[in-house]
Amino acid sequence: MMFEAILLTVATAATPLLIAALGELVVERSGVLNLGVEGMMIMGAVCGFAAAQMTGSAWIGLIAAICAGAAFSLLFGFLSLTLATNQYATGLALTLLGLGASAMIGESFVGMPGVRMQSISIPGLTEIPFIGKFLFGQDPIFYISIALTAAVAWFLFRTKAGLTLRAIGDNHTSAHALGVPVLRYRYLAVLFGGACAGLAGAQLSLVYVPQWVENMTSGRGWIALALVVFASWRPWRVLAGAYLFGAVTIGQLHAQALGIGIPSQFMSSLPYLATIIVLVLISRNKRLTLMNTPASLGKAFVPDR
Amino acid sequence: MMRIEIIRRPQHSALFSALSPFIALLLTLLAGAVLFAILGKNPVAALYSYFVEPLTEIWSIHELLIKAAPLILIAVGLSVCFLSNNWNIGAEGQFIAGGVAGSILPVVFPDFQGWYVLPVMLVLGMAGGMAYAAIPALLKTRFNTNEILTSLMLVYVAQLFLDWLVRGPWRNPQGYNFPETIQFNSSAILPEIWTASGRAHWGFVLALLAALLVWFMLSRMLSGYEIKVLGRSARAGRFAGFSAGRLTFFAFLISGALAGLAGISEVSGAVGQLRPSISPGYGFTAIIVAFLGRLNPLGIIAAGLVLALTYLGGEAAQISLGISEKSARIFQGMVLFFILASDTLIYYRIRIVSRSVETAAKGA
Repeated sequence: MMFEAILLTVATAATPLLIAALGELVVERSGVLNLGVEGMMIMGAVCGFAAAQMTGSAWIGLIAAICAGAAFSLLFGFLSLTLATNQYATGLALTLLGLGASAMIGESFVGMPGVRMQSISIPGLTEIPFIGKFLFGQDPIFYISIALTAAVAWFLFRTKAGLTLRAIGDNHTSAHALGVPVLRYRYLAVLFGGACAGLAGAQLSLVYVPQWVENMTSGRGWIALALVVFASWRPWRVLAGAYLFGAVTIGQLHAQALGIGIPSQFMSSLPYLATIIVLVLISRNKRLTLMNTPASLGKAFVPDR
Repeated sequence: MMRIEIIRRPQHSALFSALSPFIALLLTLLAGAVLFAILGKNPVAALYSYFVEPLTEIWSIHELLIKAAPLILIAVGLSVCFLSNNWNIGAEGQFIAGGVAGSILPVVFPDFQGWYVLPVMLVLGMAGGMAYAAIPALLKTRFNTNEILTSLMLVYVAQLFLDWLVRGPWRNPQGYNFPETIQFNSSAILPEIWTASGRAHWGFVLALLAALLVWFMLSRMLSGYEIKVLGRSARAGRFAGFSAGRLTFFAFLISGALAGLAGISEVSGAVGQLRPSISPGYGFTAIIVAFLGRLNPLGIIAAGLVLALTYLGGEAAQISLGISEKSARIFQGMVLFFILASDTLIYYRIRIVSRSVETAAKGA
């Protein structure tokens, strides 16, 4: 029973990281670096919570969160794509604005009971020992996250549009010369990234802890950005990385509960330290990193006219 | 159907380079007015209590200087980082590291009292911020690790460490279990500039000095030239014999030292003890200050005062109009958005094309 419970909590901790990282992966594959994941995620969390709280329906909250994340990402898109601003600074601006705006929107929802998204239950299957609950008894967002991983992998590596998107990310000038609408692809990628970040935020405020707490994303958007690097921009590796981080997060929580004498603050800083260590390990090999990174990543594109 | 296109200017526009911060501030005010109107408040009254009221009384101007000091100190350091293309966004962590390191003397050795206490605290604060900033610099130069993510992760680690200190080993034993250290003794308090009229402390003077020094370095010394060349083109810098790795360290250490100095001056001048939270996000707001100040230390002084005003304005608007003081953070975020958007005008002309004209032109 213990094993199954831990597996379930790991999945719950991993899912928001996985969804946000998948969105950012598509954005970065198109050659755009959006550092605003944390901001879009927290906007999703607050809007999802508010909509669910006011309507009583977690599903409406979910849709509101996706829309909020996508709408918010358009701000980034307009500046960094249409106005060709510095992507690093624009992404940071999105995060700062998101953290501020969510604090203000959420102020009246602090302490209110939230609406929890119910887990599914399939008679006969959910009761299978050890894996039944994990495979057949989780919340819908878990299944969406797995399906999304498969869909992103399929789209990027099995469709023509995916090939085009990767080509844009590797060389936007050549893609433009071949007549590919670079900015249109990038806008759609940014929108997708925003929608995913919004959904990831909704998972936090509708499943993980169904309530609104200021700054409740607490760096998960940034960890998602690190996961994309960790995964060398490959969807299935993002899934592996997200579950690894989920395991670290849950592991330190259990260690805190057991009271093994290490101050809780040190245990809480483990996910952040793990992110740094993992980044160091993965980027140590300069040639390999250069090979995996989309070559146009972070560079503004202004078409010749 | 309308579409916005940008066309590169043959030369960058000096006019818009100078105007851009003002355009950005104007747009921020307009957007703020719209926001207040949506919230059902009188926009004029709201903007007045936000941006004018705090300037009408002397004590309040003192408060402005208190808030501006850390913003300017941190942003001046960040300008060196950003100019050299080092994306240090962990200044908030370096601020905390400086605050903690500088507090060692007054918290652990409260019996030390005398003129030497403050200078030692300030130096320790700078050293703490420097050491903390050296981590992402080392990881970037040695292991090629992205400094954005590492410096940011270290912010969370620093916040948790401070939280542990003030609840654990450094908690005031006579403090009724409040998570606070002991109050610093008087020789560990950064003095006020002009005690008769308000609380502003010497931290603001330190900020002005730092801005002047870094301005001199950037505009009059070879190292400043090196920073700008390597920042614009790493390749050109290498050909000139400049070392990118060394510069990364240099930039991170300067900005870490200034963030650390900001941390200890805030703790010593404005708070007087360590608490679980010693910064309302100064390290992040300073990023906005750096950009609004055009990454120029003298511009940053003005920008720091403007952003400090948003903190005070938020408090004033909450009291007089019942607008959440969190609206200040929306203002700060908007300033950065609008400055980035207006900066486009420096390098590009903006053209609005309507689709129908375009297709007609193509048809002809």
